[in-house]
Amino acid sequence: MGNDDLQKQLAKEYRWGFVTDIEQDTAPPGLNEDTIRLISGKKNEPGFMLDWRIQAYRHWLTLKEPGWSTVRHPPIDYQAIRYYAAPRRPAGPKSLAEVDPQLLATYEKLGIPLAEREALAGVAVDAVFDSVSVATTFKDKLEKLGIVFCSFSDAVHKHPDLVRQYLGSVVPYTDNFFASLNSAVFSDGSFVYVPKGVQCPMELSTYFRINARNSGQFERTLIIADDGAYVSYLEGCTAPMRDENQLHAAVVELIALKDARIKYSTVQNWYPGDAEGRGGIYNFVTKRGECRGERAHISWTQVETGSAITWKYPSCILTGDDSVGEFHSVALTNHHQQADTGTKMIHVGRNTRSTIVSKGISAGRGGNAYRGLVKMLKGADNARNHSQCDSLLMGPDCAAHTFPYIEVKNPSARVEHEASTSRIGEDQLFYLRSRGLSEEDAVGLIVNGFCKEVFNELPMEFAVEAQKLLAVSLEGAVG
Amino acid sequence: MLTIHDLHVSIAGKPILQGIDLAVKSGEIHAIMGPNGSGKSTLAQVLAGRWGYEVTRGEARFLDQDLLAMAPEERARAGLFLAFQYPMEIPGVANVQLLRTALNGLRRTRGQEELDAFDFLEYVKDKLALLEMDDALLYRAVNEGFSGGEKKRNEILQMAVLQPRLALLDETDSGLDIDALRVVAHGVNALKDADQAIVLVTHYQRLLDHILPDFVHVLAGGRIVCSGGRDLALELEEKGYGWLADEEDRAELHP
Repeated sequence: MGNDDLQKQLAKEYRWGFVTDIEQDTAPPGLNEDTIRLISGKKNEPGFMLDWRIQAYRHWLTLKEPGWSTVRHPPIDYQAIRYYAAPRRPAGPKSLAEVDPQLLATYEKLGIPLAEREALAGVAVDAVFDSVSVATTFKDKLEKLGIVFCSFSDAVHKHPDLVRQYLGSVVPYTDNFFASLNSAVFSDGSFVYVPKGVQCPMELSTYFRINARNSGQFERTLIIADDGAYVSYLEGCTAPMRDENQLHAAVVELIALKDARIKYSTVQNWYPGDAEGRGGIYNFVTKRGECRGERAHISWTQVETGSAITWKYPSCILTGDDSVGEFHSVALTNHHQQADTGTKMIHVGRNTRSTIVSKGISAGRGGNAYRGLVKMLKGADNARNHSQCDSLLMGPDCAAHTFPYIEVKNPSARVEHEASTSRIGEDQLFYLRSRGLSEEDAVGLIVNGFCKEVFNELPMEFAVEAQKLLAVSLEGAVG
Repeated sequence: MLTIHDLHVSIAGKPILQGIDLAVKSGEIHAIMGPNGSGKSTLAQVLAGRWGYEVTRGEARFLDQDLLAMAPEERARAGLFLAFQYPMEIPGVANVQLLRTALNGLRRTRGQEELDAFDFLEYVKDKLALLEMDDALLYRAVNEGFSGGEKKRNEILQMAVLQPRLALLDETDSGLDIDALRVVAHGVNALKDADQAIVLVTHYQRLLDHILPDFVHVLAGGRIVCSGGRDLALELEEKGYGWLADEEDRAELHP
């Protein structure tokens, strides 16, 4: 199909709206500039977006998939992926009665409300969820405060100046292989802008978590907190979700201006593959925030229990003087899961401070690597970092690695690193079981204790879910 | 309540217990004494369900159930409690969290309603007072950074909370100074009722000045070599364990 024909086709389809005609709204597998034009065209994006995507694509062509991490997987055929499919209802089960009982048992254990279970299990429900009206109510409240919280696609149309100013300003499309790919083909994601001095009164996305699912495999999130603003953003869901896409390559950019504070919490529980290591999601994410103004504060908290492979380093660039970066992480690998995760703290400004708390749990044949960079640049007078990396091993076949990289170019900067590796002791387990706790509960208690410092950073209700999630993820890991 | 018959236990093929017979009834206090390495702690661990031991012969019944066939948690729920010689540290888990989780697990088994956080604090208050423990210990991680004495008191606190039918106290006196020993002994005595039985495993006699046993058994070489009343403990205190090696001496002591 020639380019002109394509454009005509696009215009036609747009006029019809692409929600009604499902089957025609899917691009054939493969990636080339036409695919990108199609994506951009479908979304009716302004020219600057298309240009940006095309530049990203051309840059991506010059890159090779990175090979420096500890994760191993068969080669990914990027031409076999379908890069555009309009949101459509999956041909899922018709009611919970048709859903795998094991999945339902997991929801039960996690305490997922009944109304949400259908959505998570992929049941094709026509009824509007209660939470949708709740969501609308909250959206009104947010709008009154001037807070923008919408899909990325909406933001491109409604707030093109903000998008143009900030998109790619923390993670440029040249950043790395997966970030380039994402920049070229990203489908959708979330956009948040909190105006000067506004404290966002609720955790964003808690109330929206059902609706916010299915953002696709190339998700793009951009969060901006203007001077003195505060926002807490919650990503993900503790329940295991059906997802047909094996490769996920998301990009998240956070920008905290002067005196602003962004708290970003993630619970990631995508399909990890079966006990033999078949299937499972590859999660290659680039997450980075910049404290662009003085005294800005960015805090990442993550609980990673899902995916076959996790490759993820939520980072902070501490540009503003006296700015603060934090990273709190729990990464759990069981069976054949692999995680290579950590953070980068780049200290640019004076008196910048960063804290890293990483808790890795390996069970089964799981492999878990912490990889972190602390970099103190020349101007980072009196900058400080404290890193703490703890690993917990369960069983004889799992592995834990720690790779701390430290670069200091300012003599007044201070960097501290602590690391520990421990094993769940048989004696600890016996002690708890002799108090009447089942083996699962005993393991759960020990693991939750190990992760406590990180869970303390999560919003309360999320923390409760995260605890249950760890217990469920570790079922059968001991004994 | 507890009947042990001809119990033989090995670790990695090495026999440790070689034919233990013991019967404990409701309301009784038994002391098992013996030199280091005689198998006292092994007996306590095997009864509580520690894995890694091979029971090669014999049986143990607890409240008419086959004790050795039960998982450790089933034994606990049936009313067995072991106060550990070396209590474990569980970092990051608040003492109160373990106590409440354990109690509610037992209450569920007993068909009782679970206690919420407030009711539990009310419930645990007198027990802390009984053991002269500071409330602050509830909120510290289980046994982490506890002194030796605090750990032992914490074991008895767990016992007070869980109210077992049979309590095995493994060297509870070791590491306690005399004041702490009195407090712990007072706690155990105050908790004791006619339905409860206690088995004290101890190397030294001194605990038995405070918790008065009905029966004293001497364990040596994996067997109970003699049993008697309170006086036996005093004799042991006087003579030490050295004479146990000598069959003739033993015959002389208890002809």
